Amino acid sequence: MSPAVHLDALWRIAAGLVLCPLLFGCINRVKAKFAGRQGQPLLQTYYDLAKLLGKGAVYSATTSWVFPLGPMLGLACILAALTLAPLGGQPGLFSFEGDLFLFAGLLSLGRFATAAAALDTGSSFEGMGASREMQFAVPAELAQVLGLAALAQATGTYSLSEMLARLDMAHWVATGPVLALTATALFLVLLAETCRIPVDDPNTHLELTMIHEVMVLDHSGPDFAFILYGQGVKLWTLGAVLTGLIIPARGDALLDPALGALGIFGLAVAIGIGESSMARLRLLLVPRLLVGATALSGLALILLLR
Amino acid sequence: MISLVEFILVGLVLTNLVLLGTSRIGLCIRMVAFQGVGLALLPLLGHGEFELSSLAISGATALLKGWIFPTLLFRSLESAHVRAEVEPYVGYSNSLLFGVAALGVSVWLGGRMPVPGPGVPQLLTPVAFFTILVGLFGIVTRRKAVSQVVSYLVLENGIFAFGAVALRKAQLLVEMGILLDVFVAVFVMGIAIFRINREFDHIDADRLASLKE
Repeated sequence: MSPAVHLDALWRIAAGLVLCPLLFGCINRVKAKFAGRQGQPLLQTYYDLAKLLGKGAVYSATTSWVFPLGPMLGLACILAALTLAPLGGQPGLFSFEGDLFLFAGLLSLGRFATAAAALDTGSSFEGMGASREMQFAVPAELAQVLGLAALAQATGTYSLSEMLARLDMAHWVATGPVLALTATALFLVLLAETCRIPVDDPNTHLELTMIHEVMVLDHSGPDFAFILYGQGVKLWTLGAVLTGLIIPARGDALLDPALGALGIFGLAVAIGIGESSMARLRLLLVPRLLVGATALSGLALILLLR
Repeated sequence: MISLVEFILVGLVLTNLVLLGTSRIGLCIRMVAFQGVGLALLPLLGHGEFELSSLAISGATALLKGWIFPTLLFRSLESAHVRAEVEPYVGYSNSLLFGVAALGVSVWLGGRMPVPGPGVPQLLTPVAFFTILVGLFGIVTRRKAVSQVVSYLVLENGIFAFGAVALRKAQLLVEMGILLDVFVAVFVMGIAIFRINREFDHIDADRLASLKE
């Protein structure tokens, strides 16, 4: 079975690629408003990226080819995942039956690349971060796949694009509670995957609590720019899937993606509000939260299967 | 379209998951109270027609499970100076995973059972089974006597859920019997917890095994 190619998705992907660093600016601005600060410029992430790309990278003598491969492979995986993700019910660049597993697999591969690069430095500190990231990835991945499977069951297709395109108002009326359960689970997964509070604090630099930031400590220059940009694309991609689920599709080729993009920025605002109003969870509680997300999506799947 | 009964049943499942995943006993007691109040609505909704006996059951259930039991449990919690379950036999993440597995098993079992009558939601049997399983699991795996009482109430909620929707005849008799039974049980257990706490300064039920003269 050859994948269907939707060339009109190119401009939606381009919009994602251009707009995704703005999400961080959006989150930071919300957090600054809550704290009563003025906050950094909305476009700060773009400046950071430009600065990092202009620098040279420093490689430790103890690292091997795995180390520089990490950021590249990580970014490549998440870009590939972006081509699969629909925006506002309009399909991604490629779609075929079962691409939701490829989607989950690409995210895992990207995580593996980052963790392998962290282990390659030989620093026990980075090894600890990698271990934590992988530990949290297990329940998060389970929750994500179960949640997507529940959506597949609700819509009768295994293609991500097709699935979200079919989720219209009628589905929400018929199976609203189940879809809400799935959306909650996918939102928790998004928080875990993009390392936001309550799972991980992107601003922390305390050794004992860092997860993702630990793993990327040794990367510099363009490599770090890749990682930073990859994070933005990841937030955009997962946000696109989540808003595709939350906002019912109406089949309008222009209005729906615009609504979807607005929804992603709404999501960023929600994340910012969440980060301002709560502290991160104790490290021991994070797996419990993610297993809870697994339970939610498992419940949604079981409710649909009965 | 999911009806109000199914909505309550889904709420039952969600509160069960919270019960499995939290260490705060106060939160557990509140969750069981929520379950009780939700279940109290079931006899009114189950049949369609409005009867005085259903109203009596609902009122008594809401009063007992929503107000008297939580008050009693919170009082024994206060007298025992406990706030959280420390180190249950099975950890909270594993408890949650057990919950997912138990839900799967209950759905499988529920699918093999005949639906007790027309107009009974398909979800009822699995959810009742699941609630009973969660209650049993809590009784076995939690250490504090108060959590075990809470789990007992969860178990009883499962039985009540089944009876409230499925039973047609002699409902008042059966439900009232169960309710009074549970009331006395909780009352006695409250006294027992108080006694245990006064004698031993803790309410860890497992340590009672090494009781000596």
